[in-house]
Amino acid sequence: MAAIIEVENLRKSYGSAVAVDGISFTVQAGECFGLLGPNGAGKTTTIRMLYGFTPRESGRLRLFGTDCDGAWRSIKAKIGVCQQEDNLDPDLTVRQNLETFAAYFNIPSNLVNDRVMSLLQFTALEGREHANVMELSGGLKRRLVLARALLNEPQLLILDEPTSGLDPQSRHQLWSRLDELKQRGLTTLLTTHYMDEAQRLCDRLIIMDQGKILIEGAPLDLIQEHVGKSVIEVIAPCSELRQVLKEKGVAYEDVGQRLIIYSHDGENLYRDLLGEHCREGCMLRPATLEDVFLRLTGRELRE
Amino acid sequence: MIGFNISKRFIRVWQRNLRVYKKTWKISFVPPLLEPLFYLAAFGVGLGGLVGVLSYDGKATAYTAYIAPALIAINIMQSSFFENTFGSFVRMYYQKTFDAMLATPLTIEEIITGEILWGATKAVIGTALMMIIITCFGLLHFPEALLLLPVAFLGGFAFACAGMVCTSIVPTIETLNVPIFLFITPMFLFSGTFFPLDNLPGWAQLFAKTLPLTHLVELCRAFALGRPSWSNLIAIAYLTIWCVITFPIAITGMRRRLVR
Repeated sequence: MAAIIEVENLRKSYGSAVAVDGISFTVQAGECFGLLGPNGAGKTTTIRMLYGFTPRESGRLRLFGTDCDGAWRSIKAKIGVCQQEDNLDPDLTVRQNLETFAAYFNIPSNLVNDRVMSLLQFTALEGREHANVMELSGGLKRRLVLARALLNEPQLLILDEPTSGLDPQSRHQLWSRLDELKQRGLTTLLTTHYMDEAQRLCDRLIIMDQGKILIEGAPLDLIQEHVGKSVIEVIAPCSELRQVLKEKGVAYEDVGQRLIIYSHDGENLYRDLLGEHCREGCMLRPATLEDVFLRLTGRELRE
Repeated sequence: MIGFNISKRFIRVWQRNLRVYKKTWKISFVPPLLEPLFYLAAFGVGLGGLVGVLSYDGKATAYTAYIAPALIAINIMQSSFFENTFGSFVRMYYQKTFDAMLATPLTIEEIITGEILWGATKAVIGTALMMIIITCFGLLHFPEALLLLPVAFLGGFAFACAGMVCTSIVPTIETLNVPIFLFITPMFLFSGTFFPLDNLPGWAQLFAKTLPLTHLVELCRAFALGRPSWSNLIAIAYLTIWCVITFPIAITGMRRRLVR
């Protein structure tokens, strides 16, 4: 497999604030790669450096096996980007948005019509092609942004929080589109705040905080490694429970009215606890990526 | 970064603006058609009765004929300046149109060049429309008056660049009122538009000569009244140099603002 993205020691600071602090990673062809992290972790800055929007301060960046410096125009022609803010052209209709964007890519006009039609179909926007963009709901806008990002038949799709603010139906619809693109072998890089989304879509991911990479790996491996198979949550724990856990040497997190217990032998511990220490409010559930995320980046608010 | 990365792809940005303009042309056509009517009625008929005839270029000239070319010059200034201040600011800041463009092979230089050319184009469209109305009053001398169209492009480009420089600096859209108040409005009044510069004190005449609208008004008047002269070359040179200086400033400023 060929590497689509090769990032080495990428760095960017704004004044004295370091946004991205020397990160390195590689994304292979056909992979869906996730960039996770709390607000201000440097995800969007990283992504913007990857599509040439933000100039990087230092570090090496190779896309499609080519060094980016001086080759941005040909590299950008192969990338599709869904930016975080909604920046569809509100002065134009759905169809005109796509046609105008196709012109920015210098797509030959005899190809534009077919591509626009097939993308409208792909994103289930047929019948709305003459709608004004301002009249579209959030979900429809996102689908149009996706269609727009696919116009140039990119070899790399970059999605910055593609489903933020969408209802569950729209999210699942978008996910199924992304699944289909993955089937076709499209390499995707995405940022998200939704751990279920990352777990569902990403082959591999990194969790960033304060401009640095904390961990990298496949979602299930990361869960297994950093949390275990399952997690026990105890609501309103009795006072002796903490003591018991300390004696057993079990890692737990104390979130006020709730204890979150991480144990690689969760099922036996759960049985013990249920029998001896807590009759109710105790539950065993599978560990998720969200547990990994919170364990690594903490629970304090960031902004 | 010195050196500008400009290919002819800037035309795509220009086409985008033209496409939007075509959707609203019925509204956009109204001001350049109505404005000369209002001004000629108020200043020409109303004030012209008091002023009567004044001397321009050593010849007696009716007041309406005197101000009609100035109205064209003012429209050139305003349409391009407003397009690349309020228009461009909205596209940049509120609609994030430039951000979207920057994810395509377009460069920042091409985006800004396309925007400025569009501002100049609007000046030409407005001029053509005004020429129709003013011709109906019999105040344009053809074929010389046809030179107003290239003059509109040159002047439009000059004020489009000036507008883009302002857009690259102002923190908020309201702040754009400052250059309008300090730069556009004084020129509107004191650039030989509604009365000859000779009526001003010497120092004010000298100052007026430094303003771009003064030169644009001079060109418009000379061509509209069919009296071009070699001295018009100074005005053409002035506006050309103005463009050569402000265009790179506009691009550099917008790059500083957008590329972070």
